[in-house]
Amino acid sequence: MFEDLRDLYQEVIFDHNRNPRNFYIMENYDRMVEGFNPLCGDRLTLFLKMDGDIITDASFQGSGCAISTASVSLMTEIVKGKTEAEAEALFKTFHEMTTGKDENINFEAVGKLAVLAGVREYPARVKCATLAWHTLDAALKNEQQSISTE
Amino acid sequence: MTYPIEKIRADFPILNEKIRNKPLVYLDNAASCQKPQAVIDSLVKLYSHDYANVHRGVHTLSMRSTDLFEAAREKVKTFINAASEKEVIFVRGATDAINLVAQTYGKANIHAGDEIIITAMEHHSNIVPWQMLCEEKGAILKIAPMNLAGELLMPEFEALLNSKTKLVSVVHMSNALGTINPVEKIIELAHAQNIPVLLDGAQAIPHTPVNVQKLDCDFYVFSGHKLYAPTGVGVLYGKQSLLEAMPPYQGGGDMIRTVTFEKSTYAGLPHKFEAGSPSIAEVIGLGAAIDYLNTIGMEAVAAHEAELLVYATEQALQIDGLKIIGEAKEKGAILSFTLGKIHPHDIGTMLDSLGIAIRAGHHCAMPVMDFYKVPATARASFAMYNTKAEIDVLILGIKNLIEMFG
Repeated sequence: MFEDLRDLYQEVIFDHNRNPRNFYIMENYDRMVEGFNPLCGDRLTLFLKMDGDIITDASFQGSGCAISTASVSLMTEIVKGKTEAEAEALFKTFHEMTTGKDENINFEAVGKLAVLAGVREYPARVKCATLAWHTLDAALKNEQQSISTE
Repeated sequence: MTYPIEKIRADFPILNEKIRNKPLVYLDNAASCQKPQAVIDSLVKLYSHDYANVHRGVHTLSMRSTDLFEAAREKVKTFINAASEKEVIFVRGATDAINLVAQTYGKANIHAGDEIIITAMEHHSNIVPWQMLCEEKGAILKIAPMNLAGELLMPEFEALLNSKTKLVSVVHMSNALGTINPVEKIIELAHAQNIPVLLDGAQAIPHTPVNVQKLDCDFYVFSGHKLYAPTGVGVLYGKQSLLEAMPPYQGGGDMIRTVTFEKSTYAGLPHKFEAGSPSIAEVIGLGAAIDYLNTIGMEAVAAHEAELLVYATEQALQIDGLKIIGEAKEKGAILSFTLGKIHPHDIGTMLDSLGIAIRAGHHCAMPVMDFYKVPATARASFAMYNTKAEIDVLILGIKNLIEMFG
């Protein structure tokens, strides 16, 4: 019935929505930032553990739609072990992929995150996918505050 | 007489649209209604043959436009049974109307320590203007509570009324829950203590006959776009004695009698509150929408929608895991619901892929979402042109998306 949506709702997204990874409140975190999408009420808190400029651990709490939950879950997996510069570079690549300015997606650079490329066809849902990354960006810039997609 | 559903559907050209290759099922009427051909034609005719600015020129087109504009005011007057066309103020929408009352009646009559009563189920447009006024004046906003069904708790409401209460501002029908409030009783209780009552009728007026003199409300506000008319026009109804005593809202052209650099005198009602060139075509379009509704009759529309709501509710309750938010006994044709862990935005996107338009979100009523401890709901809202067959499409879509989420 939902053939048209297969690009948007891939099985990986359902999987991460049902069983989000790194879904817990981290104790002894180094960075914590809240992300909020006032348009839909999606809310998440991101925790990072740092060793110098390396992200050694990442976790989150919050509630949101399948796209935003899967996006933050995948992100916490992929940024572990990355340097701040590597994570920022990934944010840029991810942003380009989801906002769809470039037809050629660098699948090698985004890895598993490619499952979220489908949102580019759904402008109303792009913010669901990017909320996690804007929150990470704020955390890496050490902005100890809430960020909003609006 | 049977309800002429086929004719009505044929009158709304957008209902022939295909969305993602499926026939459109438009169930986002509480956000805005679609427009009948008669309204679309009224705009085309105006701009093609009759358009100029109103209340200004002595030339033929200005007179034609002015006549059409003032005829629309007369139509609104009759539609809501106001006592005089002086009591019908054209504004941009319900939000603008509430802000007008807050900034004129409110500023003149509400002072430090005074109280304004609203309810727990208000739209942001009937919360924020009062918060702003209270902040400025040092007045206090009181919230009348509701139960889990979404019904106002009347004893608690009554207990809030006291000598400090200067205004009661209540939604007639809730956009998030569908609740129709017992506004007659609210007005009776408030008037017993000489407290004026404003009714936010943005949701109620497309679904039920409204008679402001019978209600005896002091203010009634609504938007045109939810009444099958264009956006950018709304109505503030106010009792003439109250409107006369209120200071003007915005200053400018059309609202003055004389202007010198020392002092200006103001126009009489209704123009005192209509500064600047109004939404001319939109007002005339609102008149056309009312003409159209009168050919069907609001009683017939209300009966048709009540039938749709009963059917949709029965069908929805058979879906495992579907929870209806808003189960008031007195309810308009709104079905707000959640599906457990499936987020309303996912529901909205999935139904859209089937051609079904619903609203997903907080419905500009964040305190209502907080009350039910949900971040958002999915909302199907029905109008005069919807059918049981469309509800079947919705229900099948919901069943399938639940399966897909697993």
